[in-house]
Amino acid sequence: MKAAPSSPAPPSAHRGWKLVDATMRRHGREPYALIEALHTAQSSFGYLDKEAMTYVAHSLHVPLSQVYGVATFYHFFNLKPQGKHTCVVCMGTACYIKGGQQILEAVEHTCQVKAGETTPDGKVSLLTARCLGSCGLAPALVMDGEVTGKQEKDAVLAKVEEWRSHES
Amino acid sequence: MSPDELKEIAQTETEAHDKFEHHLNVCMAAGCLSARADQVKDALEKEVKAKGLEHRCQVKGVGCMGLCAAGPLVQSERDGTLYKEVKAEDAAPLVENLGKKPLKKLQCRTDVPFFQKQEKIVLENSGIIDPERIEDYIRVGGYTALAKVLTEMSPGQVTDEMIKSGLRGRGGAGFPTGLKWSTVAKAQNGQKYVVCNADEGDPGAFMDRSVLESDPHRVLEGLAIAAYAVGAQQGYIYVRAEYPLAVERLNTAIRQARRRGLLGNGICGTTFNFDLEVRLGAGAFVCGEETALLASIEGKRGTPRPRPPYPAEHGLWDSPTLINNVETFANVAPIILRGGAWFAGIGTEKSKGTKVFALAGRIHNTGLIEVPMGTTLREIIFEIGGGIPGGKEFKAVQTGGPSGGCIPAQHLDVAVDYDSLKELGSIMGSGGMIVMDDTSDMVDVARYFMEFCMTESCGKCVPCRVGTAQLHNMLLKIGAGQATRADIALMEELCDLVRNTSLCGLGQTAPNPVLSTLRYFREEYEKHLAEEVV
Repeated sequence: MKAAPSSPAPPSAHRGWKLVDATMRRHGREPYALIEALHTAQSSFGYLDKEAMTYVAHSLHVPLSQVYGVATFYHFFNLKPQGKHTCVVCMGTACYIKGGQQILEAVEHTCQVKAGETTPDGKVSLLTARCLGSCGLAPALVMDGEVTGKQEKDAVLAKVEEWRSHES
Repeated sequence: MSPDELKEIAQTETEAHDKFEHHLNVCMAAGCLSARADQVKDALEKEVKAKGLEHRCQVKGVGCMGLCAAGPLVQSERDGTLYKEVKAEDAAPLVENLGKKPLKKLQCRTDVPFFQKQEKIVLENSGIIDPERIEDYIRVGGYTALAKVLTEMSPGQVTDEMIKSGLRGRGGAGFPTGLKWSTVAKAQNGQKYVVCNADEGDPGAFMDRSVLESDPHRVLEGLAIAAYAVGAQQGYIYVRAEYPLAVERLNTAIRQARRRGLLGNGICGTTFNFDLEVRLGAGAFVCGEETALLASIEGKRGTPRPRPPYPAEHGLWDSPTLINNVETFANVAPIILRGGAWFAGIGTEKSKGTKVFALAGRIHNTGLIEVPMGTTLREIIFEIGGGIPGGKEFKAVQTGGPSGGCIPAQHLDVAVDYDSLKELGSIMGSGGMIVMDDTSDMVDVARYFMEFCMTESCGKCVPCRVGTAQLHNMLLKIGAGQATRADIALMEELCDLVRNTSLCGLGQTAPNPVLSTLRYFREEYEKHLAEEVV
């Protein structure tokens, strides 16, 4: 057994860093803990910023370039903060056949953002998913973390409008 | 835990189960949950309590019942009555009606082909047991296969049984499972690993998600048996982060199995040690490819590497590694209990057993089905699937996801197995079946899949990275009506190149949707050609 390498101090007292640290500790701070650590960081902070990636890189003794490489390789990781609300449109085959694309285009048009972007007021993030595996409910969306199936364009637009009109 | 203790738990659980006169099973898999099945379950529980029936009627959360389109589903176990599209306010009449005639308004007929024509092995416990209680799995005979293997069989005998069964990998490629196991078993290298590929990436496929959500212990048991057969002590389940419920249930199942001594050291009182960890994927389709998946478990970018050497010899951390798909592992326990010969008696000459398919798209009964290999596409789509809604015409069925192809109406009578689908220019794949009617433009479908492959190409090899992007451009050009016949010829040539020179399966199969639509729907491509040239 090699001695546990020294680990840097967390960037702040935020509870999220404790969780990230616990994940890395559970895997013996080995380099293979990288993806698991990034998962924890993203679920704690909502996205991965340079601070988080640097902390993970130093703790696991892997180059920052490698952390950045992994974080940008996988679609699941966000490098930008997400909006207050998120609308994820499923782009799986079943949803595509049943009109998922039209829903996406309608929301893009209404919010004036492209898939993967957040409205300038920071209220709505529009994202796409490869396939939610809810093909029986096509077209499916995830509205603020909740999977909703058999969606109509108008109902989705109404919901998005409601999010945008709410103050703060 | 010894085999006797298993029996004891099974008996206690059966007695506890039989004490209830009625059982209301509520589907708590992701499909029904997103139709608010949790509220239905709560309402039923409250109603049972309010009527003072809590000692006579049990309300239980179970796994997928298959007919996802009609969720939330509730089944009364006593008479098998199935209720569809149940809402929380239906709880009162449902409980009121227990033991009487079924409620007509909500009843979903089960004497129809969708239920009658299926044969369930992988899904036999789905919709019957509570996926969050190991005891319920033990009640229906769970973990007896593992106990049998550990106390009565040698690793060699286990592998022989798997070879005898003729089971082929359910991830899509159809490699003989027994052969893979014996290769890993023979590898002479201290540490070995078993890995379960649950990175179900094909859009339109949700078989693995459903199995993990409905019967996670079945997969753990299969993994443990495989580990014993090949001589591994550590296993990993690589599962998509997009399936939070499956991840949660897997983690619960692993915890319960450890507590019961069915994972960990000295399993079933023998010297066999085996433990499991869940690894989250992070949304890269290419990680379904085995060498990319292994790189991802090691915490790296999920890029594939050339094979050989195969993971069976040089896999995870360069050690011999057995990788199988979720559905493959779910087939293991029944094969051990009922024998390889029994399994080999089901299916076709070269494809044994059953296959789970996810039916979706323009079809009446979207959901999950399991049929013997050799069932025809017509039976699957028109009898079990109930045909095409809205009086529309069937056009094609897409199998195998982005690596597969579109099969047209004239081949509907083909008996589905690995080899027949390959002959038709598609593949079995993991089991997604997307049905398309005459509203689908096949050029656009091909473009859709090419866009998918282009986005998901990992970028390591040139044919795939550049080829898929060029193919996508060509398909856009055709769709926009700006292409000529020469463009189609060029596209076919490029398909051939990408197929033959890409590093991994993603690139090698990326042209399939284009080639199969060209093969069967060439006139649609030609319709799109620039007018002056036609």
